[in-house]
Amino acid sequence: MLRIDTLSAWYGEAQVLREVSLDVAAGEVVTLVGRNGAGKSTLLRCLMGLHPGQRGTVELDGRDIGRLPAYRRARAGLGWVPDDRGAYATLSVTEHLTLPPRVGPDPWPLERIYEAFPALFQRRDSAATMLSGGEQQMLALARVLRMGARLLLCDEPTEGLSPLLVQQVGDLLREAKQHGVTVLLVEQNLHFATGVADRHYLLAEGRVVEALANSEVRSRERELLAYLGI
Amino acid sequence: MTGFLQNTFNGLVSGAFYALLALGLAVIFGMLRVVNFAHGAFYMLGAFGAYVLLSEAGVPFWAALVIMPLGLALLGMALERAVIHRLTRLDPLYNFLLTFGLTLILQDLVKTRYGVQSSPYATPAELSGSVDFGLFDFPTYRVFILGFAVLLCVAVWWVLTRTRIGMVVRAATERPELTRAFGIDVGRWVTPVFGFGIGLAGLAGVLAAPMRAVNPLMGADLIIVIFAVVVIGGLGSIFGSVAAGFGIGLVQAWGEAYLSEFPIVSQTIVFVVMAAVLLWRPAGLFGREEAPA
Repeated sequence: MLRIDTLSAWYGEAQVLREVSLDVAAGEVVTLVGRNGAGKSTLLRCLMGLHPGQRGTVELDGRDIGRLPAYRRARAGLGWVPDDRGAYATLSVTEHLTLPPRVGPDPWPLERIYEAFPALFQRRDSAATMLSGGEQQMLALARVLRMGARLLLCDEPTEGLSPLLVQQVGDLLREAKQHGVTVLLVEQNLHFATGVADRHYLLAEGRVVEALANSEVRSRERELLAYLGI
Repeated sequence: MTGFLQNTFNGLVSGAFYALLALGLAVIFGMLRVVNFAHGAFYMLGAFGAYVLLSEAGVPFWAALVIMPLGLALLGMALERAVIHRLTRLDPLYNFLLTFGLTLILQDLVKTRYGVQSSPYATPAELSGSVDFGLFDFPTYRVFILGFAVLLCVAVWWVLTRTRIGMVVRAATERPELTRAFGIDVGRWVTPVFGFGIGLAGLAGVLAAPMRAVNPLMGADLIIVIFAVVVIGGLGSIFGSVAAGFGIGLVQAWGEAYLSEFPIVSQTIVFVVMAAVLLWRPAGLFGREEAPA
């Protein structure tokens, strides 16, 4: 579904991605793991069209989207779940959910969203920045499900969440996967990653250094944790 | 008491002009991140256009009230497409140079043709006379301006808070890049929003024609106060610009009435208020610190 070929990116003079190539098949959940500064978030921003200095190929279902502006990538089916949760102070919870156009074959109706997230329903008229961190994260995920995005780009959705909320995020991603949604996930929490993902890419200094199956991550967890510095 | 009410009313009428101009500046800044120093020139063009339409073509006030805002909105959109949009990628200094340069060009074009003396514009017959409020009379035309401006501000507020266009404008104003990532073509809204802000300035100009001296520099005199209003309200805050517009109108009117023996105070009171607000809230009364993309 997603094919990245020799993608490089720069911040000014500094190269942060070095010819990254990877594939994600339809319906897969794939994580990007790596130390801080390895280029994981930059990779997601490149895919979304939010990073200006990039070179290489990004294909979605065989179509080159690497030159498209961000809004057309969203309309092609990319769902953006940013690391800061992307809340607006001037939009209510309901407006957050209805702002993006419906782009995919299976957009969740608002009723279904509110059934799945009763906490958001209760706060539906509040400004989203008034929600708790966990609620904002749920809102960020609910927003891309409501869009019907086919490929979710999630930047550390569990960061700063309580174990209970981490579990909820996991349940949600598994449910989305059951409905055929593909997920590319930046994640530091290896336990969470192996619980939701099918496989993993390890990034270091802007390169993909290893492709790992779930079983490998589990058996080498201690070594990987030490490497990641967690 | 009567005097106080009259001063208050006059303050609200001045405030109505400030509010309409500041509102346009706020939506333009929000959407484009451009501070439009040419805003006063478009206000002047609105007033001058109404004057020229009446004196040279016999076009009445009511028609000018429609023609000038629409015509200036189109001119604004053309300018946005031609030059203003190039500012987004440049140092903010160019923003000042370009829009201030536009001001000088527009002012001098009018000056070359019509000179610098003020031209009279008759109050439309339907709005001459005064309204009896019991304790005092007030010119009908000023009552009209106040009512019209309040209605307009309420209408803009309604569009911004209750419609899909308003939701998109709010989102794009607060976090343009994030909004693009959710499938919204922010760029498509930039030109119409700029035109809308310019149209509001033109409308304020037509409204000002019967009660202010119509001359090429009328906008330049006003724009300094408008920028104080915008800064007090919070740059880019729609609600803040309107509230601060009416508030500053009141402060100025009261200052002129009750501090007239201290001209130094009454003439600078707007800027004293601005300095005090900035010390207390650097982002303005209703402004927010810029969020990252």
